[in-house]
Amino acid sequence: MRYPIWRIGVFIVAAVWPLFWLYEAWSSVLGPDPGKVLVDRLGLGTLILLLITLAMTPLQKLSGWAGWIAVRRQLGLWCFAYVVLHLAAYCVFVLGLDWSQLGVELRKRPYIIVGALGFLSLLVLAVTSNRYSQRRLGSRWKKLHRLVYVILGLGLLHMLWIVRADLKEWAIYASIGALLLVLRIPPVMRRIPRLIAKKSLSSTKA
Amino acid sequence: MLIKLPKASDCHESDVTPESFYLSRRSLLGGALAGVAASSLPRWASADEASRYADVEAGRAPSWFAEKLPGTKWQAVTVKDEAITPFKDATHYNNFYEFGTGKGDPATNAGSLKTEPWSVVIDGEVAKPGRYALEDFMNPYQLEERIYRLRCVEAWSMVIPWIGFPISALLKQVEPTSKAKYIRFETLQDPKSMPGQRSSFGLIDWPYIEGLRLDEAMNPLAILAVGMYGRELPNQNGAPLRLVVPWKYGFKSVKSIVRISLVSEQPKTTWQSIAADEYGFYANVNPTVDHPRWTQARERRLPSGLFSPNVRETQMFNGYSDEVASLYTDLDLRKNY
Repeated sequence: MRYPIWRIGVFIVAAVWPLFWLYEAWSSVLGPDPGKVLVDRLGLGTLILLLITLAMTPLQKLSGWAGWIAVRRQLGLWCFAYVVLHLAAYCVFVLGLDWSQLGVELRKRPYIIVGALGFLSLLVLAVTSNRYSQRRLGSRWKKLHRLVYVILGLGLLHMLWIVRADLKEWAIYASIGALLLVLRIPPVMRRIPRLIAKKSLSSTKA
Repeated sequence: MLIKLPKASDCHESDVTPESFYLSRRSLLGGALAGVAASSLPRWASADEASRYADVEAGRAPSWFAEKLPGTKWQAVTVKDEAITPFKDATHYNNFYEFGTGKGDPATNAGSLKTEPWSVVIDGEVAKPGRYALEDFMNPYQLEERIYRLRCVEAWSMVIPWIGFPISALLKQVEPTSKAKYIRFETLQDPKSMPGQRSSFGLIDWPYIEGLRLDEAMNPLAILAVGMYGRELPNQNGAPLRLVVPWKYGFKSVKSIVRISLVSEQPKTTWQSIAADEYGFYANVNPTVDHPRWTQARERRLPSGLFSPNVRETQMFNGYSDEVASLYTDLDLRKNY
C-alpha cells in the first residue's frame, strides 16, 4: 500500500468529527436540541466530503502528486458513511422512529425525495466501489460512477430547499461545486497540466 | 414507534386556562381595579424576584422597568403540569434572523442592539397617533406574568414565563377608528447593529413585518411583552418590546417592535412574502395542516436530549382552543393556514 501514513491520517480526520460531535452532545454543549444539530452537521459533513472527494482529481492534475488519488475512494466511502449517519439521526431525532411517518415524508416532501435519491445513488456507488466491481463492470464502471455529479446536484438542491432566508452559506458550497465541475470540462481539464508545465518551465529558467 | 411522554403529563384542553386567568381578565376591565388587584398580591409574589426562576442571568433593567416590576401580577396565566424551559435554553436557542440564521447567533450577536433610548410609533387608523418614548408608552399598563407554551413552526416548542400586558389595553389607549381591521407590527431596521440585515445573500426584505386581525389582537391571550423569567427581555428574545401570541407559530410574535400601525387591509407579512405556500397570514398552530416540508402533528419540547428525545403531540391552537377557537368558526383553516 502506498502512502500508508497519509491514508491513515485521512481516515482519522474523517472519523474523528462524528465522534467529537457525539461527545459534544453528551456534554450538552450543543444546546437544547442536540439531535437536530447532529442531523444538520452530518448532512453538511456529507456535502463537504463530497466536494473534497471531487477535488482529488483536479488536485492530482494540478500538483502531479498521486497521493490525492490514493485517498479518493476512501473519501467517497466516508461521504457515504456520513450520509448513513445523517439519515439515521433524522429517523431517530426528527421522526422519533415513527416509520409510518417516514413513508408519508417520502411521498409528500420534495426535499426528502431528493435527499433519498441522493442517498440511494451514494449507496450504489459505495457498493460498487471495490476492485471486483471495477473488473466486473469494466468500462461501464466509469460511466456508473459519473453518477457522482448527479449526486452533487441532488445534495445542493436538498440543502437549497432547507435554507430559506439566507443563501450565503449555500452559495459558497454551490460555487465550489460548480468550480469542481467546470474543471472537468475536457478543454479546461486539458489546460490544467499545461499551466503547471509552463510554471515549472519559467521557474527553472529563473 | 413514537416516543411519547407518559399520558399523565399531557395537558388536556380543558385544563389549560386556570380560573385565575378569567379573574385577571375581569380585574383588567378598569385600570383602577387592576391597581387594587396588584396591591392585594399575596406575600410570596413580592419575594426576591431574581430567584423566582433558577439560573436566571441578571440583566441591566431600564429604570422604568425596575420601577414597574414590583407591581407585576405574578402567574396571571399559567400552564398546568408543564415544566418551564430552562432560562439558558430559552435565551440561547432563538430565531431572530436580524442577528443571524443560526440558533445560537442571536445570543452571540444581539449584544450590539441598543434598547435605550427606544421609541415606538403608533400610526394609521387611530384617534391618537404619535411617537412615544418607551417609558411613556409603557406608563399606563399593569405588568402581568403569563406562562405560555411557545410552538415554533419548525416543530420545536418551549414553555416561557413572559411579563407583559394585553394588546387590548393598548388599543383602548390609542382608540382605533372604525376603518381599522388589522394591526401591523414592525421590527427595528438597523443594519449597523443587526448583522443579519447586512447579508447580501439574504432573502428577507427588511424590516420584519407581522400582523394580526383586530379581533385576534383583542383576545386577552395576545400580549406585548417587555420581560421574561422575572426580568426584562434579553436582547436576543426581542428586547425591549415584543409580541407574544401563544396560539400561533412563533414567527408571528415579532421582536424589538418600533412601529405599531392600525390598518384597513391585511398586512403583507415577511414570511408570507418569502414563501406564501409555507407561511400563511394566520399561522395558527394546527397539527392537522402540515408545513409543506414537514409534519406539524408533533413537536420536540426543548430541552430534548440525545438519548431521551422529548417528542410530543402538538395540540390544536397550541392548547388554547377554549380561548381562541371562536375567532375562526367561519374560516377554512386548511386554506387560511
